[in-house]
Amino acid sequence: MELGKRLLNGDKRAAARLITMIENDDPEAVAILSAYFSYTGRARVIGITGPPGAGKSTLVDKLAKQLRKQNAKVGVLAVDPTSPFSGGSILGDRIRMSDLNLDPGVFIRSMGTRGHLGGLSKSTLGAVKILDIMGMDYILIETVGVGQSEVDIVKAADSVLMVMVPGLGDDIQALKAGIMEIGDVFVVNKSDRDGADRTKTEIEMMLDFDHGEWRPPVSQAVAVNNTGIEELTENLDRHWNYMESSSKLIEKRIHNSELEIIDLTQTAILKEMMGNDDNRNRIRELAQKVASRERDPYSISQTVLKEMIVGAEGGMEV
Amino acid sequence: MAGKEKMEQLKNAQQEWTQKTDEAVKKRPERKETFVTGSNQEVQRLYTPVDLENMEYEEALGFPGEYPYTRGVQPTMYRGRFWTMRQYAGFATAEESNKRYKYLLDQGQTGLSVAFDLPTQIGYDSDHALSEGEVGKVGVAIDSLKDMEILFDGIPLDQVSTSMTINAPASVLLAMYIAVAEKQGVASDQLRGTIQNDILKEYIARGTYIFPVEPSMRLITNIFEYCSDEVPNWNTISISGYHIREAGSSAVQEVAFTLADGIAYVEAAIEAGLEVDKFAPRLSFFFNSHNDLLEEVAKFRAARRIWAKIMKEKFGAKNPKSMQLKFHTQTGGSTLTAQQPDNNIVRVAIQTLAAVLGGTQSLHTNSKDEAMALPTEDSVRIALRTQQIVAHESGVAETVDPLAGSYYVESLTNDIEEKAMEYIDRIVGMGGAPNAIEKGYIQKEIMDSAYEYQKQIESNDRIVVGVNKFQTEEQPPQGLLRVDPSVGELQKEKIAELKKERDNDQVVQKLAELKKAAETDQNLMPFILDAVKAYATLGEICGSLREVFGEYQQSVVL
Amino acid sequence: MDRPIRVLVAKPGLDGHDRGAKVIARALRDAGMEVIYTGLRLTPDQIVQAAVQEDVDVVALSILSGAHGHLLPKVVDKLKEEGIYDEVLVLGGGVIPEDDIPELKKAGVAEIFTPGTPTGVTIDFIKNNLKRSL
Repeated sequence: MELGKRLLNGDKRAAARLITMIENDDPEAVAILSAYFSYTGRARVIGITGPPGAGKSTLVDKLAKQLRKQNAKVGVLAVDPTSPFSGGSILGDRIRMSDLNLDPGVFIRSMGTRGHLGGLSKSTLGAVKILDIMGMDYILIETVGVGQSEVDIVKAADSVLMVMVPGLGDDIQALKAGIMEIGDVFVVNKSDRDGADRTKTEIEMMLDFDHGEWRPPVSQAVAVNNTGIEELTENLDRHWNYMESSSKLIEKRIHNSELEIIDLTQTAILKEMMGNDDNRNRIRELAQKVASRERDPYSISQTVLKEMIVGAEGGMEV
Repeated sequence: MAGKEKMEQLKNAQQEWTQKTDEAVKKRPERKETFVTGSNQEVQRLYTPVDLENMEYEEALGFPGEYPYTRGVQPTMYRGRFWTMRQYAGFATAEESNKRYKYLLDQGQTGLSVAFDLPTQIGYDSDHALSEGEVGKVGVAIDSLKDMEILFDGIPLDQVSTSMTINAPASVLLAMYIAVAEKQGVASDQLRGTIQNDILKEYIARGTYIFPVEPSMRLITNIFEYCSDEVPNWNTISISGYHIREAGSSAVQEVAFTLADGIAYVEAAIEAGLEVDKFAPRLSFFFNSHNDLLEEVAKFRAARRIWAKIMKEKFGAKNPKSMQLKFHTQTGGSTLTAQQPDNNIVRVAIQTLAAVLGGTQSLHTNSKDEAMALPTEDSVRIALRTQQIVAHESGVAETVDPLAGSYYVESLTNDIEEKAMEYIDRIVGMGGAPNAIEKGYIQKEIMDSAYEYQKQIESNDRIVVGVNKFQTEEQPPQGLLRVDPSVGELQKEKIAELKKERDNDQVVQKLAELKKAAETDQNLMPFILDAVKAYATLGEICGSLREVFGEYQQSVVL
Repeated sequence: MDRPIRVLVAKPGLDGHDRGAKVIARALRDAGMEVIYTGLRLTPDQIVQAAVQEDVDVVALSILSGAHGHLLPKVVDKLKEEGIYDEVLVLGGGVIPEDDIPELKKAGVAEIFTPGTPTGVTIDFIKNNLKRSL
């Protein structure tokens, strides 16, 4: 619990260690997050996503610097893919953020997905809480950005910033189905390139055609030259104000908490079930019956539910 | 018709031979299942005229000094005169380097080659925070015209040709050289030499960049334009494959990426309004030479042929000099081993042969101890002697392009051309080298080759003598050259003194003028020259440009 | 389940030759490690702050410019100042003369890997010499 106290005081080493622990399902870290949970919910969480090569890391770097000018403390979580073959990864997002290394008001952490799909790692939500407890005013989450559908960011962020680049052409159409609708704010980065205006117009048209009460704003930026960053933060502020002044923010957080509860419960149930040799043996036994076509897997799953969950000692209420 | 008939006969005979040999191989297998070159191109058991069936002599090879220059850019090659033996050198301070240059000129070296330290290459003065620990380490520290005056003290600049390995701040160092010459009473049209000035390969492989792509390309075309009028005998760029190869590329990639960079420079200059035949004759190239002797020879020959075709067909050059790929070669630093360093002398000898058989215009041979430190005077002398032995004793310099007509070498030359053109077409399709670099494409291709190579060594699929085979217990080498750590302090003092002595108002004014010009599209060379002459420091000049241009952000694809 | 080893691969100073750093980064990844790659031109301060935030087990530094005698001990000192030296293994690689190595080791660098070292040797060294448990 000593770690928790240090974390609350903003200690970077404590934060760094706790993220490692939460990434490795350390029960002590879970206990600390549990104990200090009341200190979360203070930070504004912004997700940054978009196709590969859109310049997300550079944009995060500039956004963080802009927020620092307003004296806000900024945490960054940068997620990169883990190799499915070796389980290792190369996390390279810091390359673009090296000036921020020395800023006492900034904390950056690189995370491997470690087999998790959806653009984040399984521990990203935990890491967000850790940065929140340590007193970050903003938490920027940069998703994997490999072009897969990275919709998990919606579950983690208050606002999702969608980063696009000129010259995607038909790709915008293709992207639309998967990820266009998760963007709350859009930015066309690398707007000094040919076709930037057209890309912006195409996004605008698509959003005009299909949006709810909130019509996402679209701006342009050239992150490497630090242009368009102020307008972008204004757009993010507008979205935050819209969320906060309506019931949207609380609705979103309730919805996300619901998903988190389900997720954690699922994990807990599986862990409970599979952590038990009897259960594992029993499932193997049942599997043989399915394989030999003696029983069908559908009714078996009901059996398992009854035997291992509902009927289990201290039975869970399902 | 008779030719065709003979070819059919030969093919049949070859088929028979192949069958017979394959049978024999079943009983007594060859050393390996497949054989590959140093760059992983597959090598056949045998090459015959069948492999060159479609090759037309005049079209593919021609005569030396004639299009497409496959056999060399001069008609008599080394029968006229040997290549320039040019050892890259530069140590710590201008004073020490000056001494080394005089020593090398005494030893019979025919050209100077200046290595600068990293702060100089990245446009920082020796007193900058990032310069700490780096001053004078990999070359000479130049902070202002003062240092440059000392560097060339007593060396008449109208009588030597000087090659400067300088890229991002090339215009500043060239301006300093012109200013020193002026003080010696040597007019700028008397100056001969080369600046490397190749920013694209800095982004790709070497890392000493300063400004983003666009202003960097502008500085380069500014130099092209200025020199074509004022310093007409200066080679304004040395488009470098050397560092691309050092970064781990294959021979094909070395040719392809270097020539793709070359295309980008030509396009930038044409876009800036220059006429191709006015600047293209001053373009030069810089390649690496590795251990696979015949592949390397083929590489140089292929590069010449590709460049000639590009210049003629793509850019419509009329002047033959625009189509001639002239190049400097350095033996491969990454092929040297820290283990059994004396073996490196042999490697360098093979690489020297490759460069000479490939028709290089000048050559730097590495010293045996360069995998561990900067070379000592003794090892530099052996490296130079290696070139002299090849020149005077080996006999390979007595006729032009002696390996031409070898079925294997000509096949390899064709192969390298074909594969390099595939890369070049792909890069052009991506919008040219700058875009391909920004996407990280070129870097990734190189990295893949480098990693593959490393894995082959570790699995013993590739043998490096003394490293993964034939190892011996060794004593650590003695007597390596060390740079005196006080150099940094010394340079700092010199800067402080300079700033007291010079007319600081004038410096401020010249820097302000430079910045103003940088915001327009004027040629910056005259402004840089003015600032240099007022003894503005390199860091001040590059700092002023940094304020206007910003800095380049690395594209890393792992 | 063991957690993956986290390694910061950095190039201190101005040297731009990153072939070695990139090759070792890939090799460590293929050995199942999480590699934080930080790119060129970092100061010792920046490297140490990154090491703190990334909670790494290893800091691996590649230098080919001859500035190792200055930069490597500086990184070690800063790690000590931050109080994490006892948990972090510091490695150096690059063109480093054999007779500089004893002094670097005395300064707190655990091992130096010169050109020609198989990546497997580096990987084994890391696995066998971690300062904190997985």
